[in-house]
Amino acid sequence: MSEKFDAIVVGAGPSGNAAAYTLAKAGLNVLQLERGESAGSKNVQGAILYADALERMIPDFREDAPLERHIIEQRMWVLDDESFVGSHYRSDAFNKEPHNRYTIIRAQFDKWFSGKVQEAGALVVCETTVTSLLRDEKNRVVGVQVDREGGTIYADVVILADGVNSLLAKKADFHPEIEPKNVALAVKEIHFMPQEVLQERFNIGEEEGVVIELFGKITNGMMGTGFLYTNRESIAIGIGCMLSDFKEQKTTPYELLEQMKNHPSIKPLLAGGEMKEYTAHLIPEGGYKAIPKIYGDGWMIVGDSGMFVNAVHREGSNLAMTTGRLAAETIIEAKAAGKEMTAASLAEYRKKLDDSFVIKDLKKYQEMPDIFHSNRQFFTTYPELVNRSVHSMLHVDGVDKKTKEREIFSSFKQNRSLFGLMGDAYKLWRAFR
Amino acid sequence: MSEAPVKKGKRKFELDPRLASYKGVWVFVEHERGQVHPVSWELMGEGRKLADMLGVELAGVVMGAPGEETRRFCNEAFHYGADLCYLMQDDILKDYRNEPFTKGLTDLVNAYEPEILLLGATTQGRDLAGSVATTLKTGLTADCTGLTIDPDNRSLAATRPTFGGSLLCTIVTLNYRPQMATVRPRVMAMPDSDASRSGRIIEQPLGMVESSIITKVLEFIPDANQDKPQLAFADIIVAGGKGMKRPENFQLIWDLAQVLGAEVGASRPVVQAGWVDLDRQVGQSGKTVRPKLYIAAGISGAIQHRVGMSDSDCIIAINNDPNAPIFEFATYGIVGNAMTILPALTESFRQALATAKKAG
Amino acid sequence: MHIVVCIKQVPDSAQIRVHPVTNTIMRQGVPAIINPYDLFALEEALRLKDKHGGTVTVITMGPPQAEGALRKALSYGADDAILITDRAFAGADTLATSFALASAIRQIQKNMPVDMVFTGKQTIDGDTAQVGPGVAKRLDFQLLTYVSKVSSVLPKEGQIVVERRAEGGVQLLKSRLPCLITILEGNNEMRFATMPNMFRAARHAVKVWDREAAGITDEDVVRIGLKGSPTVVSKVFAPTPHTDPAEMIDVESGNPRDIADTVLAKMFTRFPVVAKEIAKRA
Ligand SMILES: Cc1cc2nc3c(=O)[nH]c(=O)nc-3n(C[C@H](O)[C@H](O)[C@H](O)COP(=O)(O)OP(=O)(O)OC[C@H]3O[C@@H](n4cnc5c(N)ncnc54)[C@H](O)[C@@H]3O)c2cc1C
Ligand SMILES: Cc1cc2nc3c(=O)[nH]c(=O)nc-3n(C[C@H](O)[C@H](O)[C@H](O)COP(=O)(O)OP(=O)(O)OC[C@H]3O[C@@H](n4cnc5c(N)ncnc54)[C@H](O)[C@@H]3O)c2cc1C
Ligand SMILES: Nc1ncnc2c1ncn2[C@@H]1O[C@H](COP(=O)(O)O)[C@@H](O)[C@H]1O
Repeated sequence: MSEKFDAIVVGAGPSGNAAAYTLAKAGLNVLQLERGESAGSKNVQGAILYADALERMIPDFREDAPLERHIIEQRMWVLDDESFVGSHYRSDAFNKEPHNRYTIIRAQFDKWFSGKVQEAGALVVCETTVTSLLRDEKNRVVGVQVDREGGTIYADVVILADGVNSLLAKKADFHPEIEPKNVALAVKEIHFMPQEVLQERFNIGEEEGVVIELFGKITNGMMGTGFLYTNRESIAIGIGCMLSDFKEQKTTPYELLEQMKNHPSIKPLLAGGEMKEYTAHLIPEGGYKAIPKIYGDGWMIVGDSGMFVNAVHREGSNLAMTTGRLAAETIIEAKAAGKEMTAASLAEYRKKLDDSFVIKDLKKYQEMPDIFHSNRQFFTTYPELVNRSVHSMLHVDGVDKKTKEREIFSSFKQNRSLFGLMGDAYKLWRAFR
Repeated sequence: MSEAPVKKGKRKFELDPRLASYKGVWVFVEHERGQVHPVSWELMGEGRKLADMLGVELAGVVMGAPGEETRRFCNEAFHYGADLCYLMQDDILKDYRNEPFTKGLTDLVNAYEPEILLLGATTQGRDLAGSVATTLKTGLTADCTGLTIDPDNRSLAATRPTFGGSLLCTIVTLNYRPQMATVRPRVMAMPDSDASRSGRIIEQPLGMVESSIITKVLEFIPDANQDKPQLAFADIIVAGGKGMKRPENFQLIWDLAQVLGAEVGASRPVVQAGWVDLDRQVGQSGKTVRPKLYIAAGISGAIQHRVGMSDSDCIIAINNDPNAPIFEFATYGIVGNAMTILPALTESFRQALATAKKAG
Repeated sequence: MHIVVCIKQVPDSAQIRVHPVTNTIMRQGVPAIINPYDLFALEEALRLKDKHGGTVTVITMGPPQAEGALRKALSYGADDAILITDRAFAGADTLATSFALASAIRQIQKNMPVDMVFTGKQTIDGDTAQVGPGVAKRLDFQLLTYVSKVSSVLPKEGQIVVERRAEGGVQLLKSRLPCLITILEGNNEMRFATMPNMFRAARHAVKVWDREAAGITDEDVVRIGLKGSPTVVSKVFAPTPHTDPAEMIDVESGNPRDIADTVLAKMFTRFPVVAKEIAKRA
């Protein structure tokens, strides 16, 4: 008495929800399985929602989605031990509707999205973990096995939307163990703060929000970045570094976050807040080169499980939703054409991705991870030099500015040869180009 | 307790004139196997204060099988402060059962109209209070930790923990009588007994026949008392928390307790980890204790633990975190590693005991 | 045999925080769970069903979200689920809650007689243990509280024997159906739902009853919700430290024995009761 579905989606994060929603909307018989207590209960994210990817599926999402604040200001801070140099970009244009970016609380947002998936007609079953994929004699994926009695379930196609550490994909040999150098470990805390205090502190109105991107010595020389987002009544603050770096440095992410929170430029922003929640999560940051095989006979991979994260721009959920939607559309088209869910018919998914911003963006930054891995000065020397230079220029002490300029230049040269400096600039230019 | 939007109790309030005849404070005297539950006397002490604030009489309610024993309970009630006792004697009332006790107490209330009725928050008290409040259609506040009279309207203001103990709330029952509350054992202080006190006894029959009562007691199996910890009534308690780190380290707690002839207590995580029995848990969802000396090692002092022990006369807290909340209310604070401080305390107490022994 | 189990959805109190400024409860992000004590009641009911056959109906009175709790109960194996929800129920205390639940159970009885009603010992948010007794009295069912074990049931004869936790011991009680039992915690463990039951729970249409469907007439509106609640919360506040902070024992040498001796000396001087207590044990 095993059940059979048109499609099974494993995972109820943004990618899985996008896939299940799209499939169910098209009238397919979809089962979505999530191991967490509810959709979103196990999910961690900074969290910025990029409207576009969602809007393509649910154009009126703003009406009832749990959005915290729309972003009107982006700050970029480069920190050394006691100071930061930074830029702020703020624009009233960001206040025009429809807004483009929002802070969200993932637990609430995912629950809302899951509600939409269920309204669309998918059967969503939580607290159920998929333990393996079922294969037929031709080695095609024909369903899943879950951790419950009577848990053999069949489907024409299985979409793996199970997140960064996809044990299923590994077990099925779709891709190898992710390398520590391709994955960042991020920790995040939510600090509760009364709305009025928060708005005053960040100089924003009722619905407006701020993002602060943090670079520099806060990562102790490891490859990584920090962030701070304003929610309605709380602040999300976090930091992430490559797993390989943590291993080497023997630092814990928790220590790093504590250190960052105590930075003299950051501490006052959090003052008086009450820590509500602490979470740790992996982010796949291998980029384009680390994307595994993402489809085969009876299976597809979407979202973090397929390494679809743009680490440079800190985009993930939008890639997740887009890959989920495109995978679903591929299935819908194949089914309409009466095709079986074979590797050949699902190959269309990869084509769709190539044409989308997903692959284009990831390709553009494909050198980035390597450059940062082998050029630690970006996280140590430069932030310090930049901060020292600015300090020197602003510190009025009788020394003329010309001399100061000379000193700054020579300190850059001392720490890094002229050749090195130019090389770094070139590398960065190339990578961003 | 309702989760209602908080209505302000302070608004102008007139008691329905039909309820004006309800006068006096009653305490239900709970007993089992010939023993009055100490919570009843704790309540008698508290009831005395309420009655004095209101300028009314304090009554005990004694229900039981006919005989000397039941009368003795009335006398004890007088010793602990009652002015009078309502006595209901019937063979049916030999063992506690919901049906006859509910009827009996309901009838007494309807006949003599008390304004306040207090019961212990025990299995018996809660069973009875919930039933009687429903038959009387009046308000009942459970598991209170504080009782007082609101001077503005002479109503009973009952305070109890809410939301897992993170907050307290005060509840009033305005236009209903009697105002009922149950109170946990050991939350109120035990009053002194004054053997010279006596009072009036008012008897009332139950008016039921055994054949009309459906539920029968087949047997009472008393707890094997020997090895049950008597935490609630211990005078000295040595308690350990999660800060003891490992079950082996908990032996240090037992060692000190043994030297002191003390009971061992624990915080919830320790109980959940299975290091000690549930009977030893102190706090909101465990026992409330009021020993003369409470030694807390490796216990952070979370509110749920605190509410169970903060009425101890003297609290010695050992914690390696100088900012641990327990230092906010302990008597003496020692910042240090429990694993080294505990053995030292054990030695010091051993010596103190030896000195005391010599002194005779 | 038809057993009705009353469950309540509660915020997971282990995760509740108090707003540091306004002293109000912050429910945001606090997961809702089935009152843990009610799971023991549900499991006990399911075991009786396994043994004697019959039907288990779960009911809850609460906001629309409480449907989640019912679905979960279905996944464990309950046969039917009813959500009693109406604005008119808001703000109910235990007296008003038991009125509404009892009325709903009477409606259930119209379709299928109810042999037993099970409730948890108490809830972790209300924490009163009053709703069970209240429902029993209103239905005029035999009330058996703090039951640690249902020793035997003879459905045909309408007989039941239970062990009831009393002060200082256990009462072995013989009673008759219909009865209401409040189940003590810790005597069973909730089963792990099977996949077919998960599917059934996800697809099952939970019945939603408003006031009228729950059998409450216009006349009785004054007996439910805020209006039907004699108790009124007059104040909610954070516990304030009413004691002074601890006297910290500072000993130059830092030697544990010195520290211990210092504490003892101070304590014996300030607390003669403790000194006396120790002397008693010498
Ligand atoms: C600290 C942090 C900050 C971030 N900030 C941003 C940001 O600001 N903006 C942005 O766009 N992106 C951000 N990201 C990235 C973004 O969170 C991810 O890219 C996105 O969540 C990926 O979605 P997903 O659906 O692929 O995976 P997930 O969200 O990880 O969902 C996978 C789901 O599958 C379930 N699952 C896993 N295995 C099984 C199994 N065997 N059976 C059943 N269920 C299973 C999991 O429980 C989980 O719910 C951030 C990530 C982190 C860690
Ligand atoms: C509804 C509800 C009911 C609850 N009921 C109860 C209850 O009845 N009783 C109860 O106790 N809790 C209860 N709790 C749990 C309560 O909130 C706390 O979690 C619990 O009291 C903490 O126990 P702890 O102090 O042992 O552990 P922790 O909070 O982990 O504290 C351990 C302490 O030990 C210290 N420490 C660590 N190492 C050492 C060392 N080497 N030497 C000395 N000190 C050290 C640490 O600094 C820390 O302060 C309840 C919670 C809820 C939500
Ligand atoms: N709103 C409700 N809906 C259904 N059952 C309830 C409700 N409130 C309480 N109960 C039941 O009554 C028991 C005692 O609750 P309480 O009196 O709140 O401690 C609980 O364990 C539940 O079984």
